[in-house]
Amino acid sequence: MEGRTVNTILLRKQLSDDVYLMRINAPHIARERLPGQFIIVQLDNEYGERIPLTIADADPVEGSVTIIFQAVGKTTHNLAEKQVGDTIQSVLGPLGQPTHIEKFGTVVCVGGGIGVAPLHPIVKGMKAAGNRIIVIVGARTRSLVILEEEMRALADEFIVCTDDGSYGRKALVTEPLKEVCGRVPKPNLAVAIGPPIMMKFCAESTRPFGVPTMVSLNTIMIDGTGMCGGCRVTVGGQTKFVCVDGPEFDGHKVDFDNMMQRLKAYRKLEDHAHNQCHLDAEIREKERSRS
Amino acid sequence: MSHVTPESLTEAACKVLDTIQKRTTPLTPKERLSIPAQEMPTQDPAVRRRNVKEVALGYTPEQAQLESLRCLQCKNAPCIQGCPVRIDIPGFLKAAAEGDFLGACGIIKKNSLLPSVCGRVCPQEVQCQENCTVGKALKSVDKAVSIGRVERYVADLERESGKTQPPVIKPETGKKVAVIGTGPASITVAADVRREGHKVVMFEAFHKPGGVLVYGIPEFRLPKSIVQAEIDALTRMGVELHTNFVIGRTRKLMALLDEDGFDAVFIGTGAGLPKFMNMEGENLVGVFSANEYLTRANLMKAYDFGKADTPIYRTGKVAVLGGGNVAMDAARTAVRLGAEEVHIIYRRTEVEMPARVEEIAHAKEEGVIFHLLENAKRLIGDENGCVKAMECLRYELGEPDASGRRRPVEIKGSEFIRDVGTVIIAIGNDSNPLIPRTTDGLKTTKWGNIIVDDNGKTSLDRIFAGGDIVLGAATVILAMGEGRRAATSINALLEV
Repeated sequence: MEGRTVNTILLRKQLSDDVYLMRINAPHIARERLPGQFIIVQLDNEYGERIPLTIADADPVEGSVTIIFQAVGKTTHNLAEKQVGDTIQSVLGPLGQPTHIEKFGTVVCVGGGIGVAPLHPIVKGMKAAGNRIIVIVGARTRSLVILEEEMRALADEFIVCTDDGSYGRKALVTEPLKEVCGRVPKPNLAVAIGPPIMMKFCAESTRPFGVPTMVSLNTIMIDGTGMCGGCRVTVGGQTKFVCVDGPEFDGHKVDFDNMMQRLKAYRKLEDHAHNQCHLDAEIREKERSRS
Repeated sequence: MSHVTPESLTEAACKVLDTIQKRTTPLTPKERLSIPAQEMPTQDPAVRRRNVKEVALGYTPEQAQLESLRCLQCKNAPCIQGCPVRIDIPGFLKAAAEGDFLGACGIIKKNSLLPSVCGRVCPQEVQCQENCTVGKALKSVDKAVSIGRVERYVADLERESGKTQPPVIKPETGKKVAVIGTGPASITVAADVRREGHKVVMFEAFHKPGGVLVYGIPEFRLPKSIVQAEIDALTRMGVELHTNFVIGRTRKLMALLDEDGFDAVFIGTGAGLPKFMNMEGENLVGVFSANEYLTRANLMKAYDFGKADTPIYRTGKVAVLGGGNVAMDAARTAVRLGAEEVHIIYRRTEVEMPARVEEIAHAKEEGVIFHLLENAKRLIGDENGCVKAMECLRYELGEPDASGRRRPVEIKGSEFIRDVGTVIIAIGNDSNPLIPRTTDGLKTTKWGNIIVDDNGKTSLDRIFAGGDIVLGAATVILAMGEGRRAATSINALLEV
């Protein structure tokens, strides 16, 4: 064992308004991680919360993992404020079952918003396994499209769409997805990662075509090792733990409505913390401008 | 139940002790039996409902000495038979009765590594104290010598005095042992193996060490500072500790032996996969496993509103399903978080409850409402998918089952609705699948518990296991016993 993982931030890039990329020094995780896996991050070991974040890439030689996250809550906002050279107190991983990768034939990979980040290593893996790759990337608007170059380089066919038509097709990802599924021969597998509502409708889109659809779920977690069950979802009528049974499941069997309700479990409490966090930032800003 | 103040308990003890100390002749057994059993001073229930500080305050020196004087020093020492780690109980009680508290602690530490912890959380009433002659003579196990309370007193005194003797460590052997998990079994293995001069590296998945002692057992029953003191003692002995390191994921178990130069591995990962009831509505918002609820409240400090980032549901009506210590811990935590009403729902009667009598009594004192011979059938949600009620069924007791307890039988047609805003499921844990799933050839039972032989060795060479991952959910002291056994085997293995 060559000593402790230091969790230092090696690179920080703001990809859009509230989306950030960070490369973290985490040699153990970089060495072991496989596509589909995630990490849990905690900024303060006394009072901080533990949040799951997807791994966008890893470099085992450098000993680094790359995360892409959206600053939506208190912890992600605070994480976004960290700079190169800062360290993150706790980084745990890689967690979850790795993606099942083999030569399926044609795989259509759909990424929505920052869902493109965890999709990236899966596309890489699927491509390396000899699959023909169709990538569909969707975002609200042009500035929110991430990893476009990386995905273009891997894809045999690349489709981009935005809700407002500012870039690529003006459409939701489900539109091109249905078209692709309607082709002969139809794709052998669909992979959809993004906001729960997007994954739900992707699964509904592929269902009539009988295209197996894998989704990757990002639920509320504490330990990430099966201990708490807070991440549980209903899949095919059975309770599954996202952290140890997932994060990937058969999209046609996931009870998305229940999952979305569970994601909102702490919304009220979080809004309060979030507002407080914005207030604190404003106060800091004012103090800074004063001094 | 009326609350007796610590002051009046001490005053009473002082009076009796004073009389005894003025005597010149030794106490007769009859006189010892007539010494009043010393009650544990506690925080007033009305006060403690609103704080997370320890409920039991611990004996005063006079109480500890007086309680020790109640021991009859039985030649056959039936108490020792009831102790999983065979502490010389009459020996340490004799020292304590003479006022030599540090000496008493030294005697305990020959067999038990964690007396401050075990003095608090051991179920003494079904172990050492169940066998106590004093209790038998007075026809109540409640009247037995309070061995655990004296144990706690002398261990606390030693820790607080700063006179803890660091154990002697033999010269370095150059051998290296990995210990997976940092709960009671692992702590015991780490200490016992390190003492023989082997290097020990512990791996903990969470950001803090201590296992169930820090994520599960609440502060009001076992202060975190006590667990930290035990961990600090290990690091002072030279034990290395890696937190945020989950074996099976961050590193495969076999890689520790094959690539990282470890000579042996101990798996002490505990019983960490909460059971659910497979009833309708179980995944509604507001339904938690006791593990989740307690981890939020304890390890993540959700009780510290405003400071902690981890949120928790804290108001409304809370129902806890189950009758074990974990159920009591969850219910009493809910009280402290400010719930309006906290209900324990258990399908047998109080006699069959696996929780310690003391915990049940404390829960009642704090206002937890018990519903016996009743169980949830399904949970009902509102339009937002949040739990709002539960349909319950009434039960009666039938014939004894395999556990010897009378089987609860549902009464047909007895369904009724109970309004609830939070439901906590505390019906036990299965073993965590992470290590067995990622380690080829590691044999487990059909429940996922790792199979070990009489030496604590698994189906794989150089790999040992103990504690709840082997036993299923058990107790701290049994986990320590398992750890001690495995450590002996590991030390024997490394000697050659």
